[in-house]
Amino acid sequence: MEYEAVIGLEVHVQIKTESKIFSPVKAGYGHEPNALVDPVVLSLPGALPVMNKAALDGIMKAGLAFGCAIPDTCKWDRKNYFYPDSPSNYQITQYDQPICQGGEVEIELPGESRNVMGEHKAIKLTRIHLENDVGKLNHFAEDSLVDYNRAHTCLMEIVSEPDMRSGEEAFAFLTAIRQTMVYCGISDCDMEKGQMRADANISVRPVGQKEFGAKIELKNLNSITGVKNGIEYEIKRQTRELKKGNTIIQATWRWDADQGRTEPMREKEDAHDYRYFPDPDLMPVRVDDVWRERIRSEIPELPWDKQRRFMEEYALPYTITSVLVPDRGLSDWFEAAAKQAPDLAQALGNYVANDLLRELSEADQQLGECEMTPNSLLTLAKAVAKGVITKQIAKDVFIEMFKSGETADQVIERKGLKPDFDESQVRIWCQEALDENPRVVADVRSGNAKAINALLGPVMKKSRGKASPQVVGALLRELIDAGE
Amino acid sequence: MAEDSQFDIEYTAKLARINLSEEEKAKFSSQLNSIIGYVEKLGELDTSEVEPTAHPHPVENVWREDVASDSLPVDEALKNAPAQRNNMFVVPKVVD
Repeated sequence: MEYEAVIGLEVHVQIKTESKIFSPVKAGYGHEPNALVDPVVLSLPGALPVMNKAALDGIMKAGLAFGCAIPDTCKWDRKNYFYPDSPSNYQITQYDQPICQGGEVEIELPGESRNVMGEHKAIKLTRIHLENDVGKLNHFAEDSLVDYNRAHTCLMEIVSEPDMRSGEEAFAFLTAIRQTMVYCGISDCDMEKGQMRADANISVRPVGQKEFGAKIELKNLNSITGVKNGIEYEIKRQTRELKKGNTIIQATWRWDADQGRTEPMREKEDAHDYRYFPDPDLMPVRVDDVWRERIRSEIPELPWDKQRRFMEEYALPYTITSVLVPDRGLSDWFEAAAKQAPDLAQALGNYVANDLLRELSEADQQLGECEMTPNSLLTLAKAVAKGVITKQIAKDVFIEMFKSGETADQVIERKGLKPDFDESQVRIWCQEALDENPRVVADVRSGNAKAINALLGPVMKKSRGKASPQVVGALLRELIDAGE
Repeated sequence: MAEDSQFDIEYTAKLARINLSEEEKAKFSSQLNSIIGYVEKLGELDTSEVEPTAHPHPVENVWREDVASDSLPVDEALKNAPAQRNNMFVVPKVVD
């Protein structure tokens, strides 16, 4: 029997804000333990929560970017449970009236090869709601230590429909979420810093069966690769169990990345009873069209749209766009140059995706730190297009420009790279090459057009590499045709 | 536990993490049942035309701007902790 997996993800994303969700204390990562706390975060008696408006703006931006509906009202509920990560014994969340409903995430599956765009697919969302993050426990042999710095960080939970069928799709889903969040400036989604965390619900069923199988909730997926590997392992395990005639019992398992396997988590037997009820300390939120439209206007062009546009508008190959577009700053940098000279866009795309990234990485620099500007790169592309320097020489000019911040013309001038001859000199070298290679000329004249390439080298050599291959090619053809 | 108990007092005590003696169970059962009976009076009203509300006050959108303020000093924060180590709260070992 053939089996298929059904996967739904719950993705937590921290919203990048100055202060916490219900307290004005600073939000941050990497501080000394319990350095970012106040009476609200510690749930001291009498402390009252007050909403951070930026958290609402952030989640609405995410919701609108994913095409969610933003209902007119939403409210806050308490999810009650005892665990030291939450000193109030409840988490403030949104139970039956989340701020974002529905929506979908566009994902790209791997193509046949790296040069080919893969299939795009929409993964449906159930909802996105807002809640406070909780403290972090450090477990030791005898006891546990709690740090509440993370507690009350603005946190959104994105819940997908059981719409995915493989670890690869889950990987693509998380990648797409991260790209959109980073593009919109909502979150940096650094999984190592816990800014993005994912749990997966995985079940397996015979192909054709409508009902879902019993699901395993898989936790501890703390990298995007971990999500893919953990899910793939769990699908194989469940399929193997079902094939043996065993049943899957709904439970929570964890992914052990070091061992490369999943294992059941020790849990109390009784089901959770969270006793949700509306939080009496917090007023409901009402959203109007003015607010929705203000947030919508702040959403930049989203990555997939930008990639499609770059391929159409600038005729960039998929490989170049898939390097440029995931980085909003890099793609904007490219476009600042390309929109001034769309006919040079492919050359510019190559310089940015190859030369610029290589030099940045060698210099260990961020894009914002580098001396080169889009306008100076444009001078280089133009110099090559005009035949002032060859593509080969341009590679070296690029490196000089990157180091000094000069324009291409300044580097060409300073290094004396400009040809010290004019076209009449090139014509003389071409004629020499024809005279020296009569057999090639005969070959071309008898119809083998490609044979002309054999004459390029000798002319380039005579010009010490400075002649423009385009000009040389054209002159050679002209002279051969004229001699016929 | 009272015969006419409308809820499970033992489950309720478990959720609240408190131990109750047999006498307390009987006492609280009867008290809580009478509270529930009192609240159930509301069921006599016809509320089919009333919009459900999460809050009795007609106030919405109470928030603050995203400006960070100072933290409680860590020694203040930990002052009431029964046990502390490395500037963190010590809790009994919990199974994750």
